[in-house]
Amino acid sequence: MTLNMFVQHTVNALGLGSLYGLIAIGYTMVYGILRLINFAHGDIFMLGAYFVFFTTIQFKLPWELGVAIAILGATICGLLVDRIAYRPLRSAPRISALISAIGVSFFLENLATVVFTGMPRAVVQPPWLMRPILLGEVRLVPLGIMVPVISFVLVALLLWIVYKTKPGLAMRSISFDIETTRLMGVSVDKIIALTFALGSALAALAGIMWALRYPRVEPFMGVFPGFKAFIAAVFGGIGSIPGAMVGGVILGFVEIMSIAFFPTLSGYKDAFAFILLIIILLVRPTGLMGEKLEEKI
Amino acid sequence: MNKKTRNFILNAIALAALVAFLAWAPANLDRYRLRIINLIAINAILGLSLNLIYGMTGMFSLGHAGFMAIGAYVSALLILTAEQKTAMWILEPIMPWLLPLHTPFIVSLIAAGLVAAFFGLLIALPVLRLGGDYLGIATLGFAEIIRILIVNLTPVTNGSLGLKGIPAHTDLWMSYGCLFVVLIFMIRLMKSNFGNVLRAVRDDEIAARTMGINTFRTRVLAFTIGSFGGGLGGALMGNLITAIDPKMFMITQTYSLLMIVVVGGLGSITGSIIGAVLITTMLEWLRIVENPLTIGSFHIPGIPGMRMVIFSVLLILVIIFRREGIMGTREFSWDWFFPKEKNDKKGKREISAKEGGDVR
Repeated sequence: MTLNMFVQHTVNALGLGSLYGLIAIGYTMVYGILRLINFAHGDIFMLGAYFVFFTTIQFKLPWELGVAIAILGATICGLLVDRIAYRPLRSAPRISALISAIGVSFFLENLATVVFTGMPRAVVQPPWLMRPILLGEVRLVPLGIMVPVISFVLVALLLWIVYKTKPGLAMRSISFDIETTRLMGVSVDKIIALTFALGSALAALAGIMWALRYPRVEPFMGVFPGFKAFIAAVFGGIGSIPGAMVGGVILGFVEIMSIAFFPTLSGYKDAFAFILLIIILLVRPTGLMGEKLEEKI
Repeated sequence: MNKKTRNFILNAIALAALVAFLAWAPANLDRYRLRIINLIAINAILGLSLNLIYGMTGMFSLGHAGFMAIGAYVSALLILTAEQKTAMWILEPIMPWLLPLHTPFIVSLIAAGLVAAFFGLLIALPVLRLGGDYLGIATLGFAEIIRILIVNLTPVTNGSLGLKGIPAHTDLWMSYGCLFVVLIFMIRLMKSNFGNVLRAVRDDEIAARTMGINTFRTRVLAFTIGSFGGGLGGALMGNLITAIDPKMFMITQTYSLLMIVVVGGLGSITGSIIGAVLITTMLEWLRIVENPLTIGSFHIPGIPGMRMVIFSVLLILVIIFRREGIMGTREFSWDWFFPKEKNDKKGKREISAKEGGDVR
C-alpha cells in the first residue's frame, strides 16, 4: 500500500468514524441519563436523510434551508418519540422502555416503507461538495474534509453545553440521580426532552451527511449505522461524549482499514463492529473512558 | 374427588381434544390454515425457549434468530440428499464432507438443537459475564455475526441464495409433538429446584450468590437449554416452509419472538403459549391490510409494510398500558373454573407466593 493510498483511506476512515461518533453521542447521552438503549435513534438518522431528500430534491428548496428544515423535522420526531413511547414508562422497569424502543424503531422503519416506499432513492450530490482537490496524489473532495470538521466542531459545542451551561449541569445531575435532581426543583422531563432534541439533531445531521457520502436513502438505512454507533458508544465508555466520538473514529478506522488491507473480507464488513464489541466488553466492560461500575448491594 | 385426580382428568380431556383436533385438521382445513396452525406450535416452542432465557432467568437476549438460523441450516444440510446438494450449490461447490450427510428428520432435529446449544454455550461463556442491556446488544451482535457468516460461507451454506427443496417434514403431529415435549420439559423444569434457582437469579442475583448459588453456571445452563430450543424451532420452521435463506433470520425475527414473550407475560409458560397464538394469528390476519381490498364500490389498494406499522403500534400500546403482559408471571390453572373451597389454606398460600414474584 502506498503512502498516498494510506492517506486516502485515513481521510475516509475519519469521515465515516466521525459520522458514527455523531450518532453515538445521541445513544450515549440518552443511556447516560435514562439507562435506555434508544433503538429508535438510528431511525431518526434515517428520517433526517429522507427529510433532506424531500426538501432539496422533491421541493427544490435551497440546500441551507432544506438542511435546517430536515434537522428541525427529525428533532421534532425525536421529541415525539420520547413523549409518546418513553415518558409514560419512566417509572416502569427498564426492560419495558427498551421493548418500547424496539417497537418505535420497528414502527418508524415500516412507516417509512409505507410513506416513502421501500425503493431506495438516489440523492443528488451538490457539485461544489464533490469537486476534487488534488493534494499531491491524494484526491480529496470538500465533503470528505467537511464531515469530520463539522462533527468535531459540533462535539466541542455540545461539550460546552453539557459542561458550562445550566441545562448541561441539570443533565449531568440527572445522570447521577434522577430523583434527587427532581427534588432540587429541576424539571426533569424538560431536560430529558432537551437531551433527546440534541441527540436527534446530531443524528439527523449525521444522516444528511451520510446521504451525501453514499448518495441514496432507504427506510432501513439507519439500522446498521445505528448498531455501529451504539457499539462506538459502548466502546468509548457509555455516558461519555468525547468517548463516543473517539469510539466512533476507532470503529471507522477498523472498518475502512480492514477492508483496505484485506479486500477478501469485505463481505464480513458489518461483522467487524460486533466482533470488536464482544472483545471490548470482555476486556474492558465499561469502555475506554467509562467509569468503573461498582456492584451495589 | 381431590384436586389432583380432577386436574389429571381435565388434563387428559384437554389433551384428547387436542389430539382429536390434530387428527381432524389435515383433511378438513386448507394448506394456508394448516401452516398457520403449525407456525403457532413452532412459535410457541421458540417463545418458550426465549422465555426460559429472558423471562425465567432474566438474561436479556436478542440472539434467538441466530440460534434459529443455526438450527435451520444444520437440519437442512442433514436432510437434503447428495444430488440435491450438488445441484443447488451453483456459486461455489459444496464442501465435499457435507455431501454424504443424510439423516432421518428426527435425528436432524436433535442435531439442530445440539449444535445451536453448543453455540449457545460458546457465546454464553464469555458474554454472560455482562449484565442487562450489554448482554442484549452482545447477543444481538452474535446473531448478526452468524447471519453474516451464513451469507459469506458459500461452500457450506450456499450463501445468500439459501437452500430450497427441503422436504416438508414438519406436519401437525411433528410440531405439536415437539411442543408437547418442550412444554412438559419446561413445566417440570420450572417446578424443580432448578426452576427456583433460576427465579432467584432473576429476582436478585447478588442475593442468590450470597445464598451460595453459582449464578454464572446457572445462567450458562439456562442459556444453553434456551438456545437448544431456538435451534429446534429453527429446524422445524425450515422443514415447514421448505426453503431457508439468511434474510429469514434478521433481527426482526428475534423481535417477533420477543413480542410473543412480552405480550404473553415474561416468566409465564402459559403466557408464551397465548402469546404465540395471538401474535402468529394476528401477523397473518394483518396481511389483509396489505392486500388490495374492495368494499362495495370502494377500492383500497394494498399498502406494503402497513402490517408491521399496525403491529408495532400494538406492541407499544401493550407495553405502555399493560407492561406485565397478558398473564404477568401467573400460570394457567384449572382452579380458575371452580369456586374456591373454604378453608383451603394451602391453596391460598400458593397464590400469595405466586403473586409475590414479579419480573423486573
